[in-house]
Amino acid sequence: MARTGVFVCHCGTNIAKTVDVKRVAEEARKLPGVVYATDYTYTCSAPGQEQIQEAIREYRLDSVVVASCSPRLHEPTFQRCVEGAGLNPYLVEMANIREQASWVHSDREEATQKAIDLVRSAVAKVQRNVPLYRKELPITKRALVIGGGIAGIQAALDIADAGIEVILVEKSPSIGGRMAQFDKTFPTLDCAACILTPKMVEVASNPNITLWTWSEVEKVEGFVGNFKATIRRKARYVDEEACVGCGECWAKCPVKNVPSEFNAELGPRTAIYTPFPQAIPNVPVIDKEHCLYLTKGRCGACAKACPKQCIDYTAEDKLETVEVGAIVVATGFEVEPGRLYGEYLYGQHPDLITGIQFERMVNVSGPTGGHIVRPSTWDPKTEHGEEPKSVVFIQCCGSRDEEKGVPYCSKVCCMYTAKQALLLKEKLPNAQIYIFYIDIRAAGKGYEEFISRVQDEFQANYIRGRVSEIIPEDDHLLVRGADTLLGRQVEIPADLVIMATPLLPCADVQELARQLSIQTDKYGWITEAHPKLRPAETLTDGIFLAGGCIFPRDIPDSVASGGAAAAKVVDLLSKDHLLSVPTVSVIDESLCTGCLTCLRVCPFKAIEEVEVEDPRTHEKRTIARVNEGLCKGCGTCAVACAAGCPSLRGFTDEQILAEVDALCV
Amino acid sequence: MATEATDQPTTHEPSLWQPRIVALLCNWCSYAGADLAGSSRLRYPATVRIVRVPCSGRIDPLYVLRAFERGADAVLVAGCHIGDCHYAEGNYYARRRMTMLKELLAFAGVPPERFWFRWVSAAEGPEFAHLIDEITQKVTPLGPYKPELREKFLLLDDLIQALESLEAEEPVCQHIAPPSAPVVEATAEVQPATADPDEAAGEGEV
Repeated sequence: MARTGVFVCHCGTNIAKTVDVKRVAEEARKLPGVVYATDYTYTCSAPGQEQIQEAIREYRLDSVVVASCSPRLHEPTFQRCVEGAGLNPYLVEMANIREQASWVHSDREEATQKAIDLVRSAVAKVQRNVPLYRKELPITKRALVIGGGIAGIQAALDIADAGIEVILVEKSPSIGGRMAQFDKTFPTLDCAACILTPKMVEVASNPNITLWTWSEVEKVEGFVGNFKATIRRKARYVDEEACVGCGECWAKCPVKNVPSEFNAELGPRTAIYTPFPQAIPNVPVIDKEHCLYLTKGRCGACAKACPKQCIDYTAEDKLETVEVGAIVVATGFEVEPGRLYGEYLYGQHPDLITGIQFERMVNVSGPTGGHIVRPSTWDPKTEHGEEPKSVVFIQCCGSRDEEKGVPYCSKVCCMYTAKQALLLKEKLPNAQIYIFYIDIRAAGKGYEEFISRVQDEFQANYIRGRVSEIIPEDDHLLVRGADTLLGRQVEIPADLVIMATPLLPCADVQELARQLSIQTDKYGWITEAHPKLRPAETLTDGIFLAGGCIFPRDIPDSVASGGAAAAKVVDLLSKDHLLSVPTVSVIDESLCTGCLTCLRVCPFKAIEEVEVEDPRTHEKRTIARVNEGLCKGCGTCAVACAAGCPSLRGFTDEQILAEVDALCV
Repeated sequence: MATEATDQPTTHEPSLWQPRIVALLCNWCSYAGADLAGSSRLRYPATVRIVRVPCSGRIDPLYVLRAFERGADAVLVAGCHIGDCHYAEGNYYARRRMTMLKELLAFAGVPPERFWFRWVSAAEGPEFAHLIDEITQKVTPLGPYKPELREKFLLLDDLIQALESLEAEEPVCQHIAPPSAPVVEATAEVQPATADPDEAAGEGEV
């Protein structure tokens, strides 16, 4: 027979005013298995808790019910309290007679009756509780950072500085990400390369960081503290250890017309290439789709040119498996290439470019060597082109347009457009600049002042309205739009048009999210554990987020989020072991038929298919088993199983039905 | 009835019959919504008794039948709004299971006013209070749970349990002791629709 103690709280007058607490305690005493029941002014206070602990000892209580406020408020308090008296913390239940009785009812009789019912229900449950224990789980003190942009770089450096090993995986040939493509940064006009490349070098030289570029995460298994990740290290065809990045190979490469990804297709690259001169590692890769040797079997110019025999055309992708304790996802965003508005004729006229292309054009290491020219007039041989005299910037080329599937604001475009206008005006002081905008969103330190400066000092003409069409006319583009402030149509002949296209989630992030069991929203942005309070975490323990994979972010925000994710990783990996949450599912393996319905419904991939051998017949059969490190205790499996094999500890069928029964009396 | 708190005591009218509503609420949204109704000092009828579960995906349709069986006049199942589940997907499963259950209850002749399935977020204290008002108003005219219904619930309970515990290839009807001839027909009728309720609930779109 159970020995349950019931403690009814007055909560000052919060409960006692509406609920007859004495009667509740009296009625509780009559319940089967209740050996002690009392009431007290403030049960959560120190004397109140002492009273519980004394009663546990004096009456040898094996379970406790506290009838007071919501368990969401004080369950941990009373769990600690009974633990202090030597009782397992999972042998306490709460009856919520404040939020769900005294505060919502005014009739004393009704509220008291309800309180009695709730206590009866809690007693019925607690008498079916069993002691639950937290298990110690080991931790692998190594972190995996996915994505080598500024957020991933910051996260990797911060984790490595705390003395923890980091594997930084980047899918492109070099780290640096989007920031490496930028010329200057708003609003301070720091040169992006000047502040980014030292950090990139730091990554390469940090002994705690293993850098794997040209690599992708293929598969992730395991759980917090104990992940096993399979990384595909794509064939580079160049010996990464031996290569010194002398550049002889790409100088000799006969394929010279592949559109450069790094230059946003504004310029060409060779088939063997490093994306940009400051690339880390400064080791080229061979683009196997364009390399003559790899496609047609003849050429080999780079192999002949290489003084150190680094080229190996027979190289193959390698799969490496690493064990890590925590993962930071910092995969960033994609820039929409300008195809959302057919009426703007993107791709049909070379003088219509996107913001990221302008960023490359204005950069001295870019395809035009920093000359701002009309791409239609650019001659790469003479390195000369005509300078534009009239330039139109169009903001929100897709962003904030529900029709185009991008109802959100891409956040950074107002600022980078202003910055680009300023850079353009610095180089071409006589150029006329027109900027079409819907609203100017300049919330940030020094941002609004920057916009004003571009308007006043650099005389950019801001036109509030949208562009309806762009018409090629003679040697220029005619931009037709509306000025909604003046309420009239405008037509501007432009030599160069720059579109601020939306930032989109990476297309391949869905597959990664599936591997990691993390969620994405309807657009494909990765979902945080809580948008306000847990912005660097995911709902899957041990997986953290940084940078623009969550939503468009500018550099300061990306760096801050990289640091935040790193702090979470260091916090986790500095522990010697993890304590598991015991309220998870457990599967009765003797009943399990191996249908794996539970495995399919589990949102956390916490159920594994295992083969067991019958000790008597030695027959092998498949069953499902819960990985307690992954299980979050939602209980979906327990309902899905036809045979009722999984049972959620702390919320078993027996416990819930006992509560239901007690309430229906 | 969900009104701001007044300090004026109300007189108890014992003659007035009030329904007994059993509510199964998920911990993260709906239970928190009910708590918010309390901390906002909203008033709603003392007809509801709440059972807290971690997720609406934890709610077995059998719990609802059990509540009816034991004398509940109405049952409310509530969880996080679609897309807000603390466990990402649990409420999608709940939606499928409860939709199936609603059909089954309709088959058993249970007035739809007795079974409620709603989303209540942690911010929807007023909505929770209004919901209890609404349920109470709808169920009160129906009167107490009719004892003759109990037999039907017991049958449904048996039926679902039998269906769940059987291997798919075994004929279902042999394992159910039909109390009377019409019910046997009914059993045969309901069988294909509910052959494996949880599989229907568990798979597919989430």
